Amino acid sequence: MQAFAYASPTSIQEAVALLSDRWGVADVLAGGTDLLSLLKDYIHTPQRVVNIKNIKELGGIRKTAAGLRIGATVTLAELLASSEVRAEYPSLIQAAQGVKSPQIRNMGTVGGDLCQRPRCWYFRQGFGLLAMKDGRSLVREGDNRYHAIFGNQGPACFVSASSFGPPLVALNARVKLVGPKGERELPVEKFFVIPQSESEREIALRPDEILTEILVPPATNVRNATYEVRQRETLDWPLVTASVALTMKGTAVASARIVLGHVAPIPWRATEAEKLLAGKGLTAAVIQKVAEAATTGATPLSKNAYKVQLVRVAVRRALEAARPKA
Amino acid sequence: MPDYSWPAPEKRRVIGRRTNRIDGFVKASGRAKYAYDIKRPGMLYGALVVCPYAHARIRSIDTSAAEKMKGVVAVHVFDGSAPGTEVMWAGYEIAAVVAETEELARDAARAVKVDYEVLPHFVNEADLSKAGARAKPAGEKITGDPDQAFKQADVVSEGVYGCPVICHLTWEAHGQVIEWKGDQIEYWPTTQAVFNIGNELAKALGVPPANVHVMQEHMGIGYGSKFSPDRWGIACAKLAKQTGRPVKLFLPRDVEQQIAGNRPSHYARIRLAAKKDGTIIGWDSQSWSTGGMTGGGAPPIPYVYTNIPNIRINHTAVQVNAAPQRAWRAPNHPQASYLTCCAIDDLAHALGMDPLEVFKKNADYTARPEVYRSQLDKAAELIGWKKLWHPRGDKTPGSIKRGLGIGVATWGGAGHLSNCRCNIHPDGMVEVEIASQDLGTGTRTVIAMVAAETLGLPVGAIRVKIGDNRYPSSGSSGGSTTVGGVSASTLKATMNALEKLFERVAPKLGAKPEELEAVNGQIRVKADPKRAMAWKAACKLLGSEKISEMGQNDPKNPMGLTTGGVGGVQMADVSVDTETGIIRMNRLVVVQDCGLIINPKTAESQCYGAAHLSICAALYEERIMDDITGRMLNPDVEFYKVAGNPDIGEIIVHLDIRPEHDKRGVIGLGEPPVIPGIAAIANAVTNAIGVRVPFVPMTPDKVLAALERRSA
Repeated sequence: MQAFAYASPTSIQEAVALLSDRWGVADVLAGGTDLLSLLKDYIHTPQRVVNIKNIKELGGIRKTAAGLRIGATVTLAELLASSEVRAEYPSLIQAAQGVKSPQIRNMGTVGGDLCQRPRCWYFRQGFGLLAMKDGRSLVREGDNRYHAIFGNQGPACFVSASSFGPPLVALNARVKLVGPKGERELPVEKFFVIPQSESEREIALRPDEILTEILVPPATNVRNATYEVRQRETLDWPLVTASVALTMKGTAVASARIVLGHVAPIPWRATEAEKLLAGKGLTAAVIQKVAEAATTGATPLSKNAYKVQLVRVAVRRALEAARPKA
Repeated sequence: MPDYSWPAPEKRRVIGRRTNRIDGFVKASGRAKYAYDIKRPGMLYGALVVCPYAHARIRSIDTSAAEKMKGVVAVHVFDGSAPGTEVMWAGYEIAAVVAETEELARDAARAVKVDYEVLPHFVNEADLSKAGARAKPAGEKITGDPDQAFKQADVVSEGVYGCPVICHLTWEAHGQVIEWKGDQIEYWPTTQAVFNIGNELAKALGVPPANVHVMQEHMGIGYGSKFSPDRWGIACAKLAKQTGRPVKLFLPRDVEQQIAGNRPSHYARIRLAAKKDGTIIGWDSQSWSTGGMTGGGAPPIPYVYTNIPNIRINHTAVQVNAAPQRAWRAPNHPQASYLTCCAIDDLAHALGMDPLEVFKKNADYTARPEVYRSQLDKAAELIGWKKLWHPRGDKTPGSIKRGLGIGVATWGGAGHLSNCRCNIHPDGMVEVEIASQDLGTGTRTVIAMVAAETLGLPVGAIRVKIGDNRYPSSGSSGGSTTVGGVSASTLKATMNALEKLFERVAPKLGAKPEELEAVNGQIRVKADPKRAMAWKAACKLLGSEKISEMGQNDPKNPMGLTTGGVGGVQMADVSVDTETGIIRMNRLVVVQDCGLIINPKTAESQCYGAAHLSICAALYEERIMDDITGRMLNPDVEFYKVAGNPDIGEIIVHLDIRPEHDKRGVIGLGEPPVIPGIAAIANAVTNAIGVRVPFVPMTPDKVLAALERRSA
């Protein structure tokens, strides 16, 4: 890896001041489970690495009237151990359980999960985020078995690798971002973006901002679940995931948010499926139709049509998991 | 001369007992030192510059920027990589940089500017129709009258099967540390050939073989990819000489995956002709494969069932722009077993018969019909074939379908040329010295057990000295030949040494040397065990002179101590989620004959490890090559997937130990159990879902596509 200056500030303000308004100059280090490999593979070659693990206020999980506040440097292991999360947010627990490596659960952070770079093999071999070569899309023309089936009309065909993106979008969570001009909040849904050019990133974070916390609304009346289709039981990227958050009215679903993972450059809302489910009970027949509706608009590439079927299964199984037990 | 033979089973005290590895503690506690752990004073670190293109001509190489970098000590352009060279695969070594730290070396490697003329490449052979001139037919081979057989057949079945190129993925990286001391070379490689690799390095460097001192206390897997010093070893030696400092040069995982060995692919369209009672009468196959630019050799098919009377085989070697194949644990056998057993399984389906009956019915076509029949029965019993087998397509309601399948294997495994020295010291210490290597198989433990058996001592009393080419020469670990070689040479050396000790002790016990035996730490008179002398007291009689005796296993005259030729049968039990295409292993039954077993525990471990590799190849593992860039897309352990512990299911090992097998002597077990698993798993999946997934690894996309074809 290229040599870099290392900073380990103890306050958010100090940390922000160490960043740059251009991408590529400084990188934020939390758990390092992604950043270290990006550095070693020369995908990122920052001049400075800013460790944020010594900033106390970035840690901790706290329940407030407005919901749950999860600090950006909370590890997956801490999240899994949290009784507050366990009580109301099974979809987050299931997403964390899907990361089948104790080492990564111990080191990896919730903020880092949202900010991690895509796993596209062309990107990781240095062909750029959009993987264009001589005007050709390597993903479209090459091996795209693990790539996007939604949101892939533009140049971006990678999939968001985030485990928590889909359940947080489903739960209508927000992120707090702090930069030199102060802080701002964004819905997690708006935090993920589909880049249109090589100079853009896949998240709305600015290069001089730090993601400080995640705010999850109360879910006392929201049935939620995540189902991941993963080939292996050992550490493995999911092929497709589905997270659902169902606001209930009695046994019927008043409104639903259904979000797919590993199918698009962003956590992908299955809006047709959401509409179909609103106002209905979770019968097997409804679930079947909703699962089918979740595939609406899929535009698979040459080698990933199988993911369309996996969307059906993931949505159905997530809904079955969220369904109140009889 | 002593009677060199294995003790009768009822007399064995050590051999045949489940014995923990004598190096288990140092390995489990992290104290075992591997080549990568070697750190020499003043050591420099190397990094490679490799070609990013699958096919290119080197126009120029400019090392000046790298040489100027702070901390860089030397840059070496590989022999065979000069400007003008046509590079035939990505990952090809162009230059190596050495620097004060590994990070600096890697930075500097990126600063070496190589200008390439990029040339057209071809990297994927699965679709033979696209291979064009890269396909080289090997010609037809005919036995009997296949045309007539297919005409006379009651049933003809046909299928297409294939397994892609996979990599060795040795957990211990490839590489070495090399230090020159004057004209002497200290060499710490990771190798399956402690004795031969030094000679090879010497030859490449033009120095006398005696000047190369090879040291390898422990090594972490080779699977057939670690016999040679390789281009990176020779470059390392040259850089160490040029800089006058020790150099450590190891391949990073991505480079290793590209150039440090792979197993050739094998694809085939196979037709079988049979009578309605299940007797196979004809075989017709068109196969193709690649092992890189050399193409790929014909698989040994029909496999195990070699004596099918009427055979037509056509093979096509396909050249791809990828680094050459290397021996991969039982070269070509897992692929041949997979192709053959899938074809037989498909035939059984076409016949409407239970495949177990078809495998058994045709066992007369194998070299050892009775062994295979009894092993098929044993495996069937262990997996519950009678109760659980059903015709194709599990009719159980729900999305999870379960199935069983069969695979068979054969292998050689006779001991290689091995020399052993046994030293008995006056203080009672026993050393056994062999320039052999323990690949993680348990070789060290087996040597100690044989010596302990002969000398009547506990296993812990034997000091095993291997992993150094200054010990007596011994063969490389390939072909499952090590255990036969080192056990026989150790038996002979220890018996010879003991004979010398008996000569000293005999007068003291008032007996003749041939009347003595070594048992329980004593030398005693066989006919009158009370006349005995403790081991230490006996050794004290040596005065100041140790006993040092040699023993050799000569493969041309193994004297009944080791032999080759084993059979094996495996049966798999899988569950398939037909909605996701995900396959879960329930059980894999491994029935293996293997002659005389020295250590049942490490023998079983070999079977466990082999079963794991079969599961990897059947479900997860493949080298994914990109048509556009010509690069391997998964030179990692992220998308180059292997099975983790939760993916393995239960492995049930049955070593087929019988008196008639024991009499055959010691036979190697490194390779045979890795052969039949892929076939067994592929057939089990077919049995579960009712349709064949034509190619392995059987990933969800392929399983779902097969299911779609079935319903279409």
